[in-house]
Amino acid sequence: MLTTYTNEVTVMSTTYALQDSERGYIEYTDKKRHLWMSSLALPLFPVLGIALYFAFDSQWMLVIPLLFNYLVIPFLDYALGADENNPPEEIVPQLEQDTYYRVLTWLTVPMHFIVLIAIAWFVGTQDLTLWSVIVLALTAGSYSGLGINTAHELGHKKPELERFLAKIVLAVPAYGHFCIEHNRGHHRDVATPEDPASSRMGESIYKFVLREIPGAARRGWEVEKERLARLGKSEWSVHNDILQSYAISAVLQGGLIIAFGWIMIPFLAIHNFFAWFQLTSANYIEHYGLLRQKEANGRYERCQPHHSWNANYIFSNILLFHLERHSDHHANPTRRYQSLRNFDDIPQLPNGYYGMYILAYIPWLWYRVMDKRVLALPHINGDLSKVNVDPDKRDEIFARFGEGKQAALV
Amino acid sequence: MGKYRCPGCEYTYDEALGDDHEGYPPGTTFESLPEDFTCPDCAVRYKEDFEPLED
Ligand SMILES: [Zn+2]
Repeated sequence: MLTTYTNEVTVMSTTYALQDSERGYIEYTDKKRHLWMSSLALPLFPVLGIALYFAFDSQWMLVIPLLFNYLVIPFLDYALGADENNPPEEIVPQLEQDTYYRVLTWLTVPMHFIVLIAIAWFVGTQDLTLWSVIVLALTAGSYSGLGINTAHELGHKKPELERFLAKIVLAVPAYGHFCIEHNRGHHRDVATPEDPASSRMGESIYKFVLREIPGAARRGWEVEKERLARLGKSEWSVHNDILQSYAISAVLQGGLIIAFGWIMIPFLAIHNFFAWFQLTSANYIEHYGLLRQKEANGRYERCQPHHSWNANYIFSNILLFHLERHSDHHANPTRRYQSLRNFDDIPQLPNGYYGMYILAYIPWLWYRVMDKRVLALPHINGDLSKVNVDPDKRDEIFARFGEGKQAALV
Repeated sequence: MGKYRCPGCEYTYDEALGDDHEGYPPGTTFESLPEDFTCPDCAVRYKEDFEPLED
């Protein structure tokens, strides 16, 4: 058992230490402690294009935040490389206790409202080309997609306050069913053919999105309906957590339409869809092709570290609250972002999530990079019966990768 | 009345308290929870994974 805890705070970092009866003295310094504050600077990026537009009087400036997302982030993941920081398991309870980290996630919640309103104001009051409006809607949607990521971090936690904040921030992209569907549906069904939020080998992201978005909404509603039925309440009541979040969305987005006119209707439609599509993109790459086996009792085996794709790149992990340390997240869903760990021998993606999104948007390239990686995983080792395969592509995939053709992979 | 704990995340189901949010009134036995019950906090562990607590 543990005997002593120490926690020494210096200007730039905090050192956590403890005396463990088996492993002796263990010390860990979180070198990323202050880097997590970047979440507070992130709202500057979506509005950067607007600032540059005023400075240079050119609508071309508006495209800069999107270029940052899809060119600069993947490059920085490549250039800055892997994240060497990895807290020892014994230190995790101390990291969890440190309230500094959680306050950062709380503070991002109002920022998502401010950024959407600011960009909507700009769209509603400036004389812009159609292309500029679309680019701004995508930019705003991309940042609201990060809002879903914040909701993901908050919604998994046990304190009421954090679950409440998750419901609030989900109202910005009008995705109030996410936390319920994700926590109670995706985490239960992950890496099985039953999960609309786990992609299959041979399934393009464009096919996946048509299964994922409606499937998630349906599953979220079902889970909430069952809970309310146990409480003896109608799903069409104020007790419905999903409807509460949708109501905030209606006030926010309805208010923007009243304030800034009809242009808000296509702007918000694109914004909402692109925010949802950020989540779709993450879901697509997080479990592609991975499959849990059924056990004798009819249950699926418990989700193992090899049932998630990870990316241990420091830059995009800072942007995404360690979402890319995904295996540990599925093993310990209530664990806070600052304590998520990387492991050896888990499925690793060749770039961070943003770089992998670009690959996913070009299906033939995605299959080229990923299908052989799926089959090369040690627990699969070329055995297609251990892969979550798209039933429509089954014959094609078995013909290409089936028995006797494994040599072609290497 | 007993208590049952999720070995993954330490969520504890206390039969005396039930779980208000989930719709299990106080006094609902662990036994009578649905067979497809998963941990309300982590959803990783099934009903049969829960450990009875001694007190
Ligand atoms: Zn649990």
